[in-house]
Amino acid sequence: MTDLIPVTTRKDWSSDQEVRWCPGCGDYSILSAVQLLMPDLGVRREDMAFVSGIGCAARFPYYMNTYGLHSIHGRAPAIATGLAMTRPDLHVWVVTGDGDSLSIGGNHLIHALRRNINITILLFNNQIYGLTKGQYSPTSEVGKVTKSTPFGSLDHPFNPLSLAIGAEASFVARTHDMDRAHMLETFRRAHEHKGAAFVEVFQNCNVFNDAAFEGVTAKTVRDDMLIPLRHGEPIRFGREAQHGVVLDAQNGARIVEVADVGEDALLVHDEARTDPSVAFMLSRLARGPYEPTPIGVFRAVERLEYGSEVNRQLVDAVASKGVGNLAALLRSGSTWEVG
Amino acid sequence: MSGATARRTITGGWADLSDTVERKSAPPGTERLDRVIIRFAGDSGDGMQLTGDRFTSASAIFGNDLATLPDFPAEIRAPAGTLAGVSAFQVHISDHDITTPGDAPNVLVAMNPAALRNELPRLEPGGTVIVNEDAFADRNLTKAGYATNPLTDGSLEGYTVFEVPMSSLTLGAVEPLGVKPRDAERSKNFFALGLVSWMYTRPVDDTLRWIEAKFAKVPLVRDANVAAFKAGHAFGETAELFDHPYQIDPAALPPGTYTSINGNTALAWGLVAASQLSQLPLFLGSYPITPASDILHELSKHKAFGVRTLQAEDEIAGIGAAIGAAYGGHLAVTTTSGPGMALKAEAMGLAVSLELPLLIIDIQRGGPSTGLPTKTEAADLLMAYYGRHGESPLPIIAARSPSDCFFAAIEAARIAIKYRTPVILLSDGYLANGSEPWRLPEVADLPDISTTFATAPNHTMQSGEEVFWPYLRDPDTLARAWALPGTPDLMHRIGGLEKEDGSGNISYDADNHERMVHLRAAKVAGIAKDIPEVVVEGPDDADLLVLGWGSTWGAIDAAVNRVRNNGRKVAKAHLTHLNPFPQNLGDVLRRFPNVLVPEMNLGQLSRLLRAEYLVDVRSVTKMRGEPFTAGELESAILDTLGGNP
Repeated sequence: MTDLIPVTTRKDWSSDQEVRWCPGCGDYSILSAVQLLMPDLGVRREDMAFVSGIGCAARFPYYMNTYGLHSIHGRAPAIATGLAMTRPDLHVWVVTGDGDSLSIGGNHLIHALRRNINITILLFNNQIYGLTKGQYSPTSEVGKVTKSTPFGSLDHPFNPLSLAIGAEASFVARTHDMDRAHMLETFRRAHEHKGAAFVEVFQNCNVFNDAAFEGVTAKTVRDDMLIPLRHGEPIRFGREAQHGVVLDAQNGARIVEVADVGEDALLVHDEARTDPSVAFMLSRLARGPYEPTPIGVFRAVERLEYGSEVNRQLVDAVASKGVGNLAALLRSGSTWEVG
Repeated sequence: MSGATARRTITGGWADLSDTVERKSAPPGTERLDRVIIRFAGDSGDGMQLTGDRFTSASAIFGNDLATLPDFPAEIRAPAGTLAGVSAFQVHISDHDITTPGDAPNVLVAMNPAALRNELPRLEPGGTVIVNEDAFADRNLTKAGYATNPLTDGSLEGYTVFEVPMSSLTLGAVEPLGVKPRDAERSKNFFALGLVSWMYTRPVDDTLRWIEAKFAKVPLVRDANVAAFKAGHAFGETAELFDHPYQIDPAALPPGTYTSINGNTALAWGLVAASQLSQLPLFLGSYPITPASDILHELSKHKAFGVRTLQAEDEIAGIGAAIGAAYGGHLAVTTTSGPGMALKAEAMGLAVSLELPLLIIDIQRGGPSTGLPTKTEAADLLMAYYGRHGESPLPIIAARSPSDCFFAAIEAARIAIKYRTPVILLSDGYLANGSEPWRLPEVADLPDISTTFATAPNHTMQSGEEVFWPYLRDPDTLARAWALPGTPDLMHRIGGLEKEDGSGNISYDADNHERMVHLRAAKVAGIAKDIPEVVVEGPDDADLLVLGWGSTWGAIDAAVNRVRNNGRKVAKAHLTHLNPFPQNLGDVLRRFPNVLVPEMNLGQLSRLLRAEYLVDVRSVTKMRGEPFTAGELESAILDTLGGNP
């Protein structure tokens, strides 16, 4: 009954607009990954809508040959909420940054997540304000010296994943701009998730905060510093898979040597666990991108999706009352006749 | 039964008002009045709003014309018995066409000393006071700030006072049902309703049915309220306090089916109607705020009309979600009051830039800041005009009466959809909560406001490629093409950055920016060709034109009628469209030697008129959290004209 989805290539998903990020910006590799992924999703270009706020990341929609709305600072999750609630036939993606959605738009982010709006949120975290030329962001580390913190930042940073898991987001994942295959797989999972999917992408700002994540993402250290989370498997990492993660009643999640505790003691990753506590503990494993850091899908649980529930109430109302009739509505209070 | 005494008979001190009409003598046993203004006042917890509302409904069904003014504090329950906790409801019922809730009440029903103290100054000289005598105990008197009991110290001399022990009579009526004494007291508002219903010969069956339905879930409360109502009614009939009941005949209104409507309900229904008439599903993004929340409540009921409502996390998300829904092709609305308007300003600017249809509804209240949340004011006009950065014009519509909110909503939607623009619709707390009889329109008579979406490319590139340009405009309306996400081959990007004329691509070009600023302004200005001219009612050679906007309509109407009845030549006109103004407004202003502009602000429309037309106008203002009375405007008119009437 449905028409076949036309076969497309990356080029079909690229708009005619010149990409205007700084040369060397991590955004390029994220854009490539998304454009490469699209032809494989079985989705029509016209059914895809990218919504963004303000910031470097927020220019993303202009470069996608889809529908797109580049809005105002921090409000993309709210705007996407309205679009996803009214147009369940669309696939709505939100592209945002750490300033956009953790500072000025923090409220909209957490509420979109708790409502479980059917949107896919990519948060490009570069721990800096790029478009306004280099102020510290809500994910910048304490002590960070920037234009607005010449004596070092005093602000305790947000951990984006802890925040999302705290809001009981139904899908929470992390990937980074140095690993295309991992991005592709993570974005695909996020897209396929029904409800709000939140993906933190470690993204390098080579102008204002270069190498912020190099301590964990550089090819030379990656094996020992990134902890891949795989559903149903014991959590291990290291060149020889010699490190692991255990859950400990006293200290929560912590890193151990597999040789010390034995493989059976390792935490088996369960992304579908309804209770968010373990996912939260995993999000706290690294204090910053200088300690071994989990990547992959932290949490993917089924929860009622908001737009579908809104639709269900409309369908139920029509089933029980019939389709609304305006003349009857106007006469629904007490009425009387004159003349 | 104790202490009930009448000190004077009711005289009807309003007989000298010139909008009162002559009536033939009353039927035996009653006295006919052409109208009466009653003010119910009590503690916030006394149910005065419910009582007033029910009295209004009974009067509406009886066929009187009416107008109401609910007047309550922002606190849900201020400490009992205090002045801060007084909640009042004023209703004006008549046997002829009226447009205001009345100036000075003829009758005050005061359930406690605080209510008497707060509300007595409003009462007409020689007016009637009905008090709950039982509430005039020492503690309540102290709380109300009375050093001595006003019922006994002679301070009510000159008024007709009925002291009725409502609490104890209610207790006596409901105790046999097994109601605990403490709960019994809560039915006393129904005793008052029963008494006043007898005094003004309101039909009782409908009210009894209403009580039974409203309290059906709690049979004991239902039965207590019925018993209290009947006891109050019987008291009036048998107590021999009152000479006779009064009769107010049904008004000679135009034939049709009527309902009693308040502004917020009418507005919500107008939005449902606009959705049906435009064939666009309705979406409301809103955050709770007084006095706008009732629109959210009402629309959230109407899911069978395909209405989606979102109680957003904040005001900004309310309008943000509405912008998203508009982008998706819904008739999108956000509702709020002044403080919320301030928060939505940036998003309104985005909507101006996106050129998407969107309704922004401001139920104005007293400001600045939190101000007077439950009291009315109309001081957001300049904010509606200018409250965004950059040159960001948008059309502004204002409703003039509770039922007019219905039509104003449809008109706002018509303009928004046709011109692809956000529209601000202004109402206020007085219209929102005030009610009046409304002759229901026929659905078939309502306008078609449907639109078409782009379905094919609209521009050919030099290369011959067919493309869609989102900012190509209709040459007449200057409205841009609207392609919904999901439409094949028309994928495009829009946003808040300046766009190139036509293609919609980001452009920082100087010439282009200037062109776009002018295009957006010209689009809104051009709407003037598509709205009715302002209608002047009154003689061409009038000495004065009274020009109003918004909820001042009723008081202007009554005031102008009064001075005309006294032989003065006065014309009136009322603006529904505030931006752009009707095309003939300048000519109208220049035609009259004097123009008087009443506003519940410090003269905002007056400034706009002077700036736009270089015509001086006289501004008359009121900033008391309550609407103008006809008497105040009558004085202002006479003062402007000079000389005695």
